[in-house]
Amino acid sequence: MSEKKNDELLHDHNHDGIDRRGFLKCMAWAGTGAFCVMKGGVLNSYSLGRMSEINTADMMGELSFVQISDSHMGFNKPANPDVAGTLKAAVDKINGLAAAPEFMLHTGDISHLSKPEEFDTVEQILKGAKPKDVFYVPGEHDVLNDDGKQFLERYGKGSKGAGWYSFEKKGVHFIGLVNVMNLKAGGLGTLGHDQLEWLEDDVKHLKKSTPIVVFAHIPLWSVYPEWGWGTEDSAQALAYLKKFGSVTVLNGHIHQTMQKVEGNVTFHTAASTAFPQPQPGKADSPGPMKVPAEQLRSVLGVTEVNYVQGQHALAVVDSTLA
Amino acid sequence: MRRGVSVAILAAVLAIGFVATVEGRRGFGLNAQEKAAMEAKIDNFSFTPPTLTVATGTMVTWTNRDDIPHTVVSTDDAKTFKSKVLDTDEKFSFTFSKPGAFPYFCSIHPKMTGKVIVQ
Repeated sequence: MSEKKNDELLHDHNHDGIDRRGFLKCMAWAGTGAFCVMKGGVLNSYSLGRMSEINTADMMGELSFVQISDSHMGFNKPANPDVAGTLKAAVDKINGLAAAPEFMLHTGDISHLSKPEEFDTVEQILKGAKPKDVFYVPGEHDVLNDDGKQFLERYGKGSKGAGWYSFEKKGVHFIGLVNVMNLKAGGLGTLGHDQLEWLEDDVKHLKKSTPIVVFAHIPLWSVYPEWGWGTEDSAQALAYLKKFGSVTVLNGHIHQTMQKVEGNVTFHTAASTAFPQPQPGKADSPGPMKVPAEQLRSVLGVTEVNYVQGQHALAVVDSTLA
Repeated sequence: MRRGVSVAILAAVLAIGFVATVEGRRGFGLNAQEKAAMEAKIDNFSFTPPTLTVATGTMVTWTNRDDIPHTVVSTDDAKTFKSKVLDTDEKFSFTFSKPGAFPYFCSIHPKMTGKVIVQ
């Protein structure tokens, strides 16, 4: 697997030596039936319609967790008048997984308008999920009007700055970053100097073989800057993670699934549990996409992530709510 | 001769119209605090019109017509004006009492920018 060229799919079917040179850029549009799979070492992504094709053994690992995103509790427009119902459906989907995930990540936009009752409703619904621990990072909708004070009071225990933190699970180092604060006119998501310094320090002591999972709301790669879908200073953050053999970045914000592999880093965005947004540039604006009611659940979803110890790979599986 | 009179009358009418317009504008300016108002829209993740030119003392009201909440926040460090988050159909008004250029943006979607020019 030497001398891979750009834009070439890697076919190093798992249990591999992790040759991730080369480049993969693909997009999965859940619900449209068009999605992209990279078999092997780095990432597997399927929509629910194809779950039956996955060998159950492939779903088992040393560690599995679920990512949910963009619940937008409080949203009630035609694109989805029942965001509580679809979040409950996501929980049912999680509870129905063959192997119970150990915990959940919520990658932001928990609420639509940062109202206390919106956060309360999400917490109430998520209590019904088998995994009891939920790790949150804020979306821009969670820090409205109060510079994130309420978010920190609710979820920020033990975090630094605007709510960033890290933790270990079974040898995997998880890093929750905040890139929705102090946004500048005309700009993208921002991590900021203090957070970057903290990150550099946080990973300094770790062994190169430690698998890293970074999660943040706005994508840490340039999905579509014209719509603000990227983070200004993410390159600096990724530079601090260069030494690691396996880095997985999980984001939300864009309400659709997308994957990209660049060097040692796998980027992945999750679908929203509330409403879909258009493909980059395929609409006048990134506003909520109205789809026929019977199709809505096929474009919403949850992401399940499996970590298999010793293989330096995280398998990411997207399920729709259909 | 007849033609000369017509021209003179036309000129006079135009002159009166001009004066009236100027007076009208003056009156507008004098009572600006009560009278001058301009509407702006937030639609499809953009401010419309993107640049709005108004007389000093004009109150500008933005209405959010999107399905998604937005804000109207001036770009300067002092944050001359800053709305609360505006949900669908909610409004924000600010009276521009000083001349100048006032760029602003949506602090939730910072790619959305606009400008008010106050003369």
